[in-house]
Amino acid sequence: MMEEFTTIFLMLLLVVAALAVLYVRNLFVATMLLGAVSFLMALIFVILDAVDVAFTEAAVGAGISTVLFLGTLSLVGSEEKQSKRKSLLPLLVSLIIGGTLVYATFELPTVGSPDTPVQTSRLTERFLNQSPTEIGVPNLVTSVLASYRGYDTFGEVTVIFTAGIAVLMILRQMRSRRKGEDDNEDKDTISFEKLDAPEIGPSPSIHDLVPHVVAKLLIPFVLLFGLYVQFHGDFGPGGGFQAGVIFAAGIILYSLVFSLDFAQKLLPVWLVETLLAIGVLLYGGVGIVSMLNGGNFLDYNVLSADPVAGQHLGILLVELGVGITVTAAMLAIFYGFAGRAEIRDAEGE
Amino acid sequence: MHSFFDHYNYWIFVILFVIGLYTVMSRTNLIKKMIGLSLFQISVFLFYITLGKIEGGTAPILIDDPNAVYSNPLPHVLILTAIVVGVATTALGLALVVRIKEAYGTIDEEDILQQEDAR
Repeated sequence: MMEEFTTIFLMLLLVVAALAVLYVRNLFVATMLLGAVSFLMALIFVILDAVDVAFTEAAVGAGISTVLFLGTLSLVGSEEKQSKRKSLLPLLVSLIIGGTLVYATFELPTVGSPDTPVQTSRLTERFLNQSPTEIGVPNLVTSVLASYRGYDTFGEVTVIFTAGIAVLMILRQMRSRRKGEDDNEDKDTISFEKLDAPEIGPSPSIHDLVPHVVAKLLIPFVLLFGLYVQFHGDFGPGGGFQAGVIFAAGIILYSLVFSLDFAQKLLPVWLVETLLAIGVLLYGGVGIVSMLNGGNFLDYNVLSADPVAGQHLGILLVELGVGITVTAAMLAIFYGFAGRAEIRDAEGE
Repeated sequence: MHSFFDHYNYWIFVILFVIGLYTVMSRTNLIKKMIGLSLFQISVFLFYITLGKIEGGTAPILIDDPNAVYSNPLPHVLILTAIVVGVATTALGLALVVRIKEAYGTIDEEDILQQEDAR
């Protein structure tokens, strides 16, 4: 019963926060509230036994995604204009869809009942009962993610790779709005020179001191924890996706507290771009190697004489590929947004 | 009352879903639309994870107890990847918003449409 009350309390908070997101005018506040919604959702995921998902939601939703929204707000401004449009039709459509969905939920099985199609499916049976002997990895989420559904995860990694590349392409080019004007050409070259000679970082003021010291203490632990999550993903909650996000968060923290230039000295853009590709290639490479060894694409059984050892090796390599790509993609996206501000400053706006 | 405790997870999903949908449809600010889309996404995550939950179950990480009941790992896998893919695609959307701001000087849908009409 205690658990029930906790869930209901969290869910009510969730609804209140979501409504607040809808109604606040200041986009900065809305972004922070969205982070709160994500974190509440992560807590609910823990109650629903989805520890891996909770982990990811907390790191991504409350961490990276908030940073990205704030980065965008710093470029576009945070005040939302009062809309003149009457929003009766959207409200009506939303309520009709909501009503239909609520009506449909009565046909859904009771939450947690063991005889639903999801729980009695043959797949579930296989994942829960066969995978300990077939894969031998205690964390079933990892074995399903990296082995049974390895093909699907490969697709997901490719999507992340594509999104990272696309953000860099969109945000790293100079503006083309006034391409026809003559003085623009000069401006571009000047701004490039400016970018090539980064300043030595902002002069540390008294206000920067506390974040500087705290960040210096925190960052090594953040990175170490990222590595732990990466390599302990077979045994406990964790894996490439979470580790990648945590690792990127550590470097983003460094970049935010110190400066983008310092972070880019540590991990230059070209290196991030290369890592982005290396992760996907590593994943695909494991698939190709298993094909060359006479198995199917991403069939890890043939990677070693012992099928279970082969599975272990395959999962380790594939998760590493995922981790590298996710880290690089998150960094590429962050560099895109943070670098945009500098391009704009260099253009003198 | 019995039915409320049976289905409230689904209802919270529906409420979040509707709030997200309404935000996307009614707000003209592009960032606000992206925020609405994120809410929308989160609600679907909740729905999937709810379907995987089993009464008295534990997280799908094998323990020594032979009588342990595990929640279904499959929805967890689907949503775990969806979250990370979701943030990557959200970032893509935000990048486009930044470029739209630079091209039109505003991120309000109505103003952008007005400028387009004036051309």
